[in-house]
Amino acid sequence: MNEKVIWMLVEGIGETLYMTLGSVIIGYVIGLPLGILLYVSGKNGLRPCGLLYRILDFICNIIRSIPFLILLILLIPFTRLLVGQSYGSTATIVPLVVCAAPYIARVVESSLTDVDAGVIEAAKAMGASNLQIVFKVLLVEAKTSLLTGFTITTGLLLGYSAMSGTVGGGGLGDIAVRYGYYRWQTGIMIVTVILLIVIFQIIQTVGMKLSKKLDHRKR
Amino acid sequence: MIAVEIKHLTKNFDIEGHTIAALKDVSLTIEKGDIFGVIGMSGAGKSTLVRSINFLEKPTDGNIYVEGVDLGTLSERELRRMRSKIGMIFQNFNLLEQRNVLDNVCFSLEINGTKRREAKKRALELLKLVKIEDKAKAYPSQLSGGQKQRVAIARALATDPQILLCDEATSALDPQTTASILELIKEINEKLGITVVIITHQMSVVTDICKKVAIIDNGKLVETGRVEEIFNDPKSDAARELLLGNKISFQPLKKLEEGRRIRIVFRENSAYEPILSNLILKLQIPVNILKADTKNIGGKAVGEMILGLPEDGGQQADIIRELKKTGIYVTEVSEIE
Ligand SMILES: Nc1ncnc2c1ncn2[C@@H]1O[C@H](COP(=O)(O)OP(=O)(O)OP(=O)(O)O)[C@@H](O)[C@H]1O
Ligand SMILES: [Mg+2]
Repeated sequence: MNEKVIWMLVEGIGETLYMTLGSVIIGYVIGLPLGILLYVSGKNGLRPCGLLYRILDFICNIIRSIPFLILLILLIPFTRLLVGQSYGSTATIVPLVVCAAPYIARVVESSLTDVDAGVIEAAKAMGASNLQIVFKVLLVEAKTSLLTGFTITTGLLLGYSAMSGTVGGGGLGDIAVRYGYYRWQTGIMIVTVILLIVIFQIIQTVGMKLSKKLDHRKR
Repeated sequence: MIAVEIKHLTKNFDIEGHTIAALKDVSLTIEKGDIFGVIGMSGAGKSTLVRSINFLEKPTDGNIYVEGVDLGTLSERELRRMRSKIGMIFQNFNLLEQRNVLDNVCFSLEINGTKRREAKKRALELLKLVKIEDKAKAYPSQLSGGQKQRVAIARALATDPQILLCDEATSALDPQTTASILELIKEINEKLGITVVIITHQMSVVTDICKKVAIIDNGKLVETGRVEEIFNDPKSDAARELLLGNKISFQPLKKLEEGRRIRIVFRENSAYEPILSNLILKLQIPVNILKADTKNIGGKAVGEMILGLPEDGGQQADIIRELKKTGIYVTEVSEIE
């Protein structure tokens, strides 16, 4: 393996991390409030609102039921509008976010639903407002499960970012396809796959360790 | 002075098309400084009643007055402020699992906008009051049930409430821990003058610390009054059933096949006289003592006995008449299946 290939792989790692983290962060900026809204407006939420819940629920389900590769293609005009081009790692972040946000919203909703109703009741009895309950009770009590959800989502987006490589998205997936599939350089493809596995493992391990460490429930 | 007044409270729950009447036209007055018990069987509507006092449950009909204020007339914001003046503790403690003990107590202060430093100082004072200051840095998962309830009490008291609501606060605890928590609640009532409302299904909790009691059965208020009065002379079936304990304690009694059973309660003065011996000597009729117990009710020793009477109706009438003559309370005990 020559220096050029190594350099290319390093760049690939950088792009992959950029796409993954970028889409996770922007995904959470959109998905977290959406998930909170789903929880709050849900049947057993702080302020049930059937109409709002059904609208959000519908949008989430629609987007989540579209396979990612199709979403990627469907969104090309939108991506071009937003980023100016439809290929490269920055452009890939757009469909990744669109795919991730509803998923994140669901994960957040489910984490919040798991918070003990008794604790919420106690907070209400102390005179807490809904906003205080969300920020001081729900998000804090659910932090372990939120972090687990974050880890799983990051892993998922790592995989999707690699998938988007097949249509010129950049990153390790792109390298694997270009060299492994089009040029039959199996060695490079194997290295990129191993790199993807290693990155995935690191994300999982760090995320799970952190969520365990921050959990004060059992000891 | 009146702390809480409940007027014609009705609460219905609508689930899947049908209506459950959890409370039916309940009216109650709770005096300031009282320890007021609300007792009833499971599903009677006790929790619904206590949750109505801080409007966690909005009445379908009727009014709740706390310190003279009709809660139904308050805006959300005013209601929240009012709630911070009504402390509440629960069967499952409901502590924040991800916060340590000190921060749990600070929580109620945080909510009403107290500064962090001040909140911490106040929280430490309260942890001292409930005698758990050595656990300030521990997390709830590291505490026993009794300790958790102490923290919950400290948290409920942090905002200087005038009323403390306890929903089955001792039901998850063993008898010894229950006694110590009840002792603490009593102390708080006496020291701080806080009105306490205790919801329970255990008569022993009521007789141990309550001054007054209301009995709820099937959503209705069936009896209310001073604990002593109701203990001596229960008028409603629900009160009798609660006083006579659960069905299990009655099972071995059945084998005795007594014709009729009565419950007698000795007041303090008669507790020292050999009433039963006198009775048997005088009438020459044997009676069976099926259960005997003494209790401390409102600081007075009270004796309770369940007697099995002979089959003969005439003899039964004689015994009951003689007993009533001596001034003790006699209640017929119906067969509890
Ligand atoms: N949120 C609710 N939705 C529907 N029904 C309810 C609700 N809360 C209470 N109920 C019903 O109201 C009735 C009274 O319930 P409540 O919880 O007040 O009883 P309880 O006396 O506290 O019983 P327990 O001793 O088991 O706690 C029950 O039939 C219960 O099923
Ligand atoms: Mg209850």
